[in-house]
Amino acid sequence: MKSDALVVGAGLSGLVAALRLAEGGLKTTLVAQGVGSTHLSPASIDVLGYAPELVESPARALPAFLAEHPEHPYARVAPEGIRQSVEWLRERAGALAYTGSLEENLLVPTAAGVPAPTAIVPASMAAGDLRSGGRFAFVGLRALKSFYPAYLAENLAQAKLPSGGGLEARAVRVSDPGREPDVGALDYARAFEDASFRRAVASELGVHLQPGEVVGFPAVLGLDRHAEVRRELEDALERPVFEVPGLPPSVPGIRLFRTLRAAFRRAGGRLVMGAMAVGASARDGSVTALSVRAAASRTTVYEARWFVLATGGFASGALHLDSYGEVRETVFGLPVAGVPPIEEPRFLPGVFDDHPMARAGLAVDERLRPLGPEGAAAFDNLFAAGAVLAGAEPWRERSGNGLALATGFAAASHILEDAS
Amino acid sequence: MQTLEMEPVELVRGSLDHCVKCTICETFCPVSNVTPLFPGPKYAGPQAERFRTAGATFDASLDYCSGCGICTTVCPQGVKIAEINARARARMKAERGVPLRDRIIARSSLMGKIGTPVAPLGNWLLQNRVFRALLERVLRIHRAAPMPRFAGRTFQGWASRHPAPPNATRAVVYFHGCSTNYYEPRLGEMTVAVLEHNGFRVLVPRGQDCCGLPLQSNGLMDDARRYVRRLASTLAPYARRGYDIVATSTSCGLMLKREAIEMLDLEDDEDLRIVSAHVFDVCEYLVWLHERGELRTDFRPLPITVPYHAPCQQAGHWMGKPALDLFALIPGLEVEESDAECCGIAGTYGLKAEKYDIAMAVGARLFDQVRAAGSDLAACDSETCRWQIEKATGVASVHPIEVLYRAYGLAG
Repeated sequence: MKSDALVVGAGLSGLVAALRLAEGGLKTTLVAQGVGSTHLSPASIDVLGYAPELVESPARALPAFLAEHPEHPYARVAPEGIRQSVEWLRERAGALAYTGSLEENLLVPTAAGVPAPTAIVPASMAAGDLRSGGRFAFVGLRALKSFYPAYLAENLAQAKLPSGGGLEARAVRVSDPGREPDVGALDYARAFEDASFRRAVASELGVHLQPGEVVGFPAVLGLDRHAEVRRELEDALERPVFEVPGLPPSVPGIRLFRTLRAAFRRAGGRLVMGAMAVGASARDGSVTALSVRAAASRTTVYEARWFVLATGGFASGALHLDSYGEVRETVFGLPVAGVPPIEEPRFLPGVFDDHPMARAGLAVDERLRPLGPEGAAAFDNLFAAGAVLAGAEPWRERSGNGLALATGFAAASHILEDAS
Repeated sequence: MQTLEMEPVELVRGSLDHCVKCTICETFCPVSNVTPLFPGPKYAGPQAERFRTAGATFDASLDYCSGCGICTTVCPQGVKIAEINARARARMKAERGVPLRDRIIARSSLMGKIGTPVAPLGNWLLQNRVFRALLERVLRIHRAAPMPRFAGRTFQGWASRHPAPPNATRAVVYFHGCSTNYYEPRLGEMTVAVLEHNGFRVLVPRGQDCCGLPLQSNGLMDDARRYVRRLASTLAPYARRGYDIVATSTSCGLMLKREAIEMLDLEDDEDLRIVSAHVFDVCEYLVWLHERGELRTDFRPLPITVPYHAPCQQAGHWMGKPALDLFALIPGLEVEESDAECCGIAGTYGLKAEKYDIAMAVGARLFDQVRAAGSDLAACDSETCRWQIEKATGVASVHPIEVLYRAYGLAG
């Protein structure tokens, strides 16, 4: 297979890079072993939530944060790059209709009842902004096994808001007749696309709500017709309705995946799912092709002029820690930065401890090209994006989707620059 | 091309340890998304497999997996979900027995051999309401399920009389499969014409029989093994001499590429290995030729709109959608790519009375998209899916090769 640009990985950073490249006029192929992070994370774009104190404005906090963390991937894209990528996504998100900005973080409830800072959210989550307090009712659907509104509400009611404003939260349960027990978020998302189901839920819910309460549902309000589902519920309940993202599968994430995939297809991109990159060839400092394992007992060679490595971190197999304590990047064998020497501690006992290994990944130059053993770009046409990069701790910083978006966008921008 | 070592079969089951319960497979499963009768690939696969020890009973819901394989394709951790389920289903059936119906519909070449000489009668019967009602009652084959029509002749017969082109510069082997042989010989003829137009002599090995896929998907693993080994031994001599082998049936091509190796414990079969390394889906092969500048692009304008569905078994080739690259070479052709995962039929699944409604619900999104395109022609790579689309929508459905054949002007 020949392309102008080849992107490896179908998480948010890979999808963003691939779409931007295809829209930029390059013949782009995206190969991925499987579907990525979108299905596991809320579709909100967290740019910077903790540094380590709660961040109220990413725009204002970023300069100091970057000065303190010069090896952070954000230092390679700069606040202006982050801003561009956010605007870019907003223009392509269609019915997801992102709101918010880098100027001020919103605070939206997690399913565990924590007010979580995030920069932009799909419109479906906007009414859940807790910053100025208010009265909230969280809806429990009887058969949904992954959402516990009483737990959410109890935790949230105790939360301290930076504004000092008051917050009331309580749980409301509906019996949603006709549902099988033990169903998942996606089953509910489909059920809500059925007008009679959502009408039944709304009419049962209506009698339990008090004046002034804003209603939070688990994030299951429709799949393809989510905008219509939410609008109808708001009309029926005569108040704002919002979604609270919860455990995987993430319905808002699936919407984001479908939106980006459809845009990529429209832009003429080729998507090859199930195909695992297993090796590469290079000549004169440039990558010439990737070897990809497909179904037959042979590898398929994918040639391209530019490559984006968006394979994720340890969890997705992009980085591998073997039983000898060696860490390697699995497609190109690139050196992994941020790995403590074998004789030093790499992990601490507690799950939420500050693990010395946590920032391991690929070190990159100012154009997001991974560094080779000599400290210069390993290849002049290989770029990296997303969770494979060294220097970030997204779960601690609350920066995961922001990093994926900003670096995927920037990697593609560098390639488009080279191509023009 | 470099040859990779395939994984030993124990690694099919062993892959379940890579499952992180992310549920991505469940979001894509066409069956569990329309019926609670199948609990989903994660549940039935890596989760339940841990409890399937010797002597343990099986969960009958396994039978509702259609075997489409999308779960394996989208799994980011490389878990062989569909393969684990297929092997467990076969063990369950070995224990509980396979219904007569499944033993019959799984023998596509035998059906073809019986039906071909009596094609008019066979076709009349299979379209006859009374007979179909009877068939449903006796054998539990749904009366409305799509049935192919016997051609009354075979592609093998045509191929044996077809003269080699005088100015061929290269040669390729064609694995046509049962459906082309008995039901759609025209597809075989068009494939030969398209390849000959590109300078090939097309070798059609005699005695090609079923690849065993329908047997495998119905849990008849020993029979499937016998069939696929026989087919592999027919094709292997060509592969050893370096010939590439093209297939127009995506599911049968996939059987030769990897499914037989992974599902039937045939990782040591030398014939199958060498065949697997040389088999190409026909569209994959033509794209490969095109990228080397070896595909003729003298296409005439074809100013029509065609909805295109890449079947789930094609997704299992892990090669993207090569037909779209070929369609893009044809001037005037508008293609509307479906984003539905599956048409529902999954080989013989949708024929079964107890599964017909599920199959139709699975295919609903695709049928809507095909109808909405407003065209009188649809394209799809897999034969049973084409029959399903035609039956459900009334829109004639053809293999992408037929679109190329028309655009090359080979129809005369």
